[in-house]
Amino acid sequence: MLNSLGREIPEYIEGIGKLEPFQGALAKLRKGWMDEPTIPAPNRAYLPHQSKVCKSLEEAIIRSNPHNGMTVSFHHHLRNGDILLVQTLNILHNMGIREITLASSSLNECHDPILPYLIDGTVTRIFSSGIRNQLGRAIALGVLETPVVIHSHGGRVRSIHTGKIKIDLAVIPASAADCEGNATGSHGKSAFGSIGYAVIDARYAKEVIVVTDNLVDYPCIPLSISQNFIDHVVVVDSIGDASKIATGTTRITKSPMDLRIAKLAADVIEHSGFFLPGFAFQVGAGGASLAVAKFIREKMRDKGIKGSFMLGGITSYCVDMLNDGLFETLFDVQSFDAVVSNSLLNNRRHIEIPAALYANPFNCGCITNKIDVVVLGALEIDVDFNVNVITGSEGYIRGASGGHSDTASGAKLTVVVCPSFRGRIPIIKKRVHTIVTPGETVHVLVTERGICVNPLYKELEENLRRAGLNIKEIHDLEIEVDTITGIPGPLEYTDKIVGIVEYRDGTIIDVIHQLKERV
Amino acid sequence: MKPKIAAQSGTFESSDVIFLIEPLPDNSGRKLEISSTVMQQYGESFNRIIVEMLDSWQMTDIHLIAKDKGALEPTIKARLETAIKRSLEQQEGTL
Repeated sequence: MLNSLGREIPEYIEGIGKLEPFQGALAKLRKGWMDEPTIPAPNRAYLPHQSKVCKSLEEAIIRSNPHNGMTVSFHHHLRNGDILLVQTLNILHNMGIREITLASSSLNECHDPILPYLIDGTVTRIFSSGIRNQLGRAIALGVLETPVVIHSHGGRVRSIHTGKIKIDLAVIPASAADCEGNATGSHGKSAFGSIGYAVIDARYAKEVIVVTDNLVDYPCIPLSISQNFIDHVVVVDSIGDASKIATGTTRITKSPMDLRIAKLAADVIEHSGFFLPGFAFQVGAGGASLAVAKFIREKMRDKGIKGSFMLGGITSYCVDMLNDGLFETLFDVQSFDAVVSNSLLNNRRHIEIPAALYANPFNCGCITNKIDVVVLGALEIDVDFNVNVITGSEGYIRGASGGHSDTASGAKLTVVVCPSFRGRIPIIKKRVHTIVTPGETVHVLVTERGICVNPLYKELEENLRRAGLNIKEIHDLEIEVDTITGIPGPLEYTDKIVGIVEYRDGTIIDVIHQLKERV
Repeated sequence: MKPKIAAQSGTFESSDVIFLIEPLPDNSGRKLEISSTVMQQYGESFNRIIVEMLDSWQMTDIHLIAKDKGALEPTIKARLETAIKRSLEQQEGTL
């Protein structure tokens, strides 16, 4: 069957079940309730003063009823410094556990060591927001029989509380925890800031292990994760590589190209009609997106505009803007550098939020619904403004859905920033390889060669034209870029589906086909 | 013509290409080692440009290594021309 973006979606996939095709960004939400029921979270019982502390991760796993076909979940707040996901799978593999469903909120380069487990049947299914490097390559080439499911950060919460992802065991690394499992990422030698993505895992997993390298006296505050959901506590020497978890401050890019794009994007925001006192703002941490914050900060100072809140992945740059009084509040679901942890711990206007409050579409309203302006990146964008942030130009899975579609659907103004080509590959396509974010939720594309406004948003285009900005028709820009780079030869795919991309409401927006290995 | 000396031009940066040229003994012909991050998409034109330029300079007894990270055509041509001229000791000015 075709979804509303013209992508062919199978009705059923073995190992995943029936698929519902995407019908529009708000189609499912409009009726005001969801047909999918919320499943009950498991009830457990502990005796007064019963000890939860285990001597080792292995002991905690043995106590957690490991079994074939189990689902194991993790959070990715330790980014590329995480070591516990690999350690946990090593332990399960050594116990002979097979057919594991891996449900990490995202996967990074540091998880490459689990590749042999995909090959030998230890891990047979994956749910994740992102997949990169060797895993992304192997999955694109078809290492798994069952397609991986790519979800957004908000969509993951929905999948868990509607029972699409049934977590048997959640392993939650924390930089500080007490003997009862109250835990946080906001202090300790391995501090990583917000632990927002793990909150739903703690609530819904049948067994929950908190792992820390910093056992503090009871109680561990703040109660980012609270003891009433935690079965076991493990103390280890290290939860990860501190240098890769969070370091110093995030610097603004020096790339002239990114700065030019960011400057143009800031001009777009200024003249969009949404740059008003009390506006809510989100930017990514990557190259051009973060640089937009730099120019917006200057414009806010010049015009005396004070915003309401910043949301999302929080960098030290957001903290500076909070401290300058340019925004009232930071809502932090994920922190990007070491300075952020400190602010999260000490500033009461810097608030840790769970992923459900951040972006889950199946509740009475997440905070992404309140965004005025969001700035997002793209691996590819097409002439219908559909955005790909998951598959690379070489056909591998090498990115993350993250909060991209969540924030785009909520924002009054979604600005996508990217260069018009990268390493000779044009970024503006007739048709993106994989749709993650539907074009109807993208208002404007900003490249170094011009600004393209989605024809659905006429008033925005008028506002920007009136301000004298260089507006181009996206089809013209696409042709202009092709003329510079030459038209790339096509990649070849088989009929086998290796990945499905869920939209935040659980409908299927696209599928990823197996890449034919290049010769 | 055959190269007089080993020469190179370009960088390993994204959107650039690096060419390395070495002279080979007489009657060795051409030995080409070509790699590109965009071989799948642009391999054909990349190979063609290199062969055409080597032909136009009638280069022989040459070992050429090309490592491309997505350079545009004008960049490829300029880098290769520079490497060839350097290997022939024809460099002038800032070449």
